[in-house]
Amino acid sequence: MSRPPEQLGGQLGGKPGNRPGRDDSPDRLYTLTGGRSRSAPGNPFDLVTLVVAESDPVPGMQSEHAAILRLTERPTAVVELAAVLRLPVSITKVLLTDLLATGRVSARHPRRTAVTDPDILEQVLVGLRNL
Amino acid sequence: MDSATSDPAEAADPGPGPDADPDSARRPPLRASADNGLKIVVVGGFGAGKTTLVRSVSEICPLSTEETMTRAGESVDDVSAVRDKNATTVAFDFGRVTLDAHNVLYLFGAPGQERFWFLWDRLFTGALGAVVLVDTRRLDDSWYAIDRLERHGTPFVVARNDFGGPDFAPQAVRDALDLDPDVPLVHCDARLRSSSKRVLIALVEHAKHRYPHSRSRSYDGQVPVLDELNKELPR
Repeated sequence: MSRPPEQLGGQLGGKPGNRPGRDDSPDRLYTLTGGRSRSAPGNPFDLVTLVVAESDPVPGMQSEHAAILRLTERPTAVVELAAVLRLPVSITKVLLTDLLATGRVSARHPRRTAVTDPDILEQVLVGLRNL
Repeated sequence: MDSATSDPAEAADPGPGPDADPDSARRPPLRASADNGLKIVVVGGFGAGKTTLVRSVSEICPLSTEETMTRAGESVDDVSAVRDKNATTVAFDFGRVTLDAHNVLYLFGAPGQERFWFLWDRLFTGALGAVVLVDTRRLDDSWYAIDRLERHGTPFVVARNDFGGPDFAPQAVRDALDLDPDVPLVHCDARLRSSSKRVLIALVEHAKHRYPHSRSRSYDGQVPVLDELNKELPR
């Protein structure tokens, strides 16, 4: 994205640069991921996959990887990581793929059958009613 | 490059950057036992109140993030494609509701315009369902979303957000939207937590109803919240 953040902010009618990634040049994103962006078709991460750190950050680790490990001491959804890191979801997934491959995080994927499983839907109803 | 956000007028709090994490107070951590993320999509035209609804029930200040996708519906496979005019950046807001020790519900506010169809089909696959938030002053904005959800087979309810706009009878709204009689139409004030909560309950009850051939044990044909909501409609 080559337009300056101010221009984008104006276009959005909001504060400049208040969207994740908008103030980042593609070059920075390229460097973060070594030129990959997501998600080969086999990428297992969903927006709401819950990620849990399995190790502490170590010195010399890429700063975004270290940030993810700190943020996932408790389960944290992919989309929340992307928002807090201010990175596009696709880039976040690439970073997570690296961490998963090296066993530094584990992933709790959504249960695909939940959408039509009356037991899960009932749990959702109970949870909503108790809000 | 095309870009859009769900609603500048009700833009989500961008939240602090990654360097410090001073947001932990506003973003309480999930329980260690949380293991099942669920999705509900809130769609609607410009200014229909999507973020307002998300905010009113979310346990976190709504956050915003974005995804870059190509027209073909696939995410870009090279960052250089961001410069490609066929790539579109879609910003969306979301909130979170912890339901119990295992289930966590994420609510996504998504732009409903036609040009974002690829977002629907890809980003929100696996959602429990959708809330179509309509502003009776701009019913046209909702046609495409409803058509898309019907084709996709996603359970949805239509929620008429109270803007103090024209006071159409529910049947008039149904007719204008060409709503299938099975699709619940509910009234809400997205600013109120209790009202937004009931919209979500109506959606999940509808979703349960939609799958009568699943291992349903308890569905008895009643949709209590819908009955309750309809009683509130003096129209």
